[in-house]
Amino acid sequence: MTAGYRTPLSRARGLGSAKHGVGHWISERVAAIALVPLTLWAVFGVLRLAAGDYDFAVAWIHDPLNAVLIVLTIAISFWHMHAGMRVVIEDYIHKPLSKSGLILVSLFVCGLAGALAIFSILKVALGGGAY
Amino acid sequence: MTETTKAPLRERPKSPHLMTGGFGSPLLWRWHITMATSILHRVTGVGLYVGGLIAAWWAISLAQGPEHYALFKALMGSLPGKVVMFGLTFAFFYHLANGVRHLVWDTGHGLDVKTANASSVMIFAFTAAATLAVWYIAAITGAL
Repeated sequence: MTAGYRTPLSRARGLGSAKHGVGHWISERVAAIALVPLTLWAVFGVLRLAAGDYDFAVAWIHDPLNAVLIVLTIAISFWHMHAGMRVVIEDYIHKPLSKSGLILVSLFVCGLAGALAIFSILKVALGGGAY
Repeated sequence: MTETTKAPLRERPKSPHLMTGGFGSPLLWRWHITMATSILHRVTGVGLYVGGLIAAWWAISLAQGPEHYALFKALMGSLPGKVVMFGLTFAFFYHLANGVRHLVWDTGHGLDVKTANASSVMIFAFTAAATLAVWYIAAITGAL
């Protein structure tokens, strides 16, 4: 088997494929495919929101279709942002500690901003804004 | 010989890079349209990362109330805000089109030089047309 090709040092280090590559690769593509229709819809939404005021935006979010689609767009976008930034960091930053640190910062930024945005949308959708 | 000494390893061979001797040195490769589309995918991706944070700020300002939302809209409606939004529109359509091309490439299609060159030109044309179309729609619907 493949283990037979590995040197004794390679086996002792225990490095090599974690067998997670295919699943990770597919999840990146699934997110990217989902974002094609979602972000095109979001452009249409931004055009309408830019022409409207606060009350229009609150009413727009009150529509369950808009609320659900925007939450999905935000959640998948932030996951895609983290996955993409991770690849950029891994390609250009080679010091292990700096690399891991920057990936962690990006994960926390995406997680925090995504959670704040989704909570905010749900608050307006369910509670009627800050009235 | 033991493996415990910290003597520096001999420099390992590196793959050819854009630059031969660091920034400022002559380009190793002649610039090509597929090189431009490749690096621009990353540049626009990082730009859209910032755009995603602006979108989160939009949602937060809406939940914070009319004053915060009015401040957000005033900032994004100002001239610098519009410049940022125009750049984000371009980055979005570019990243979208080139992202779809990457998905096609993942299926093994369109990888030959002639097709890759032609699709690169098509992506720039689509990006320009879509960006201008969205800003034209924004202008006639009162979104500016």
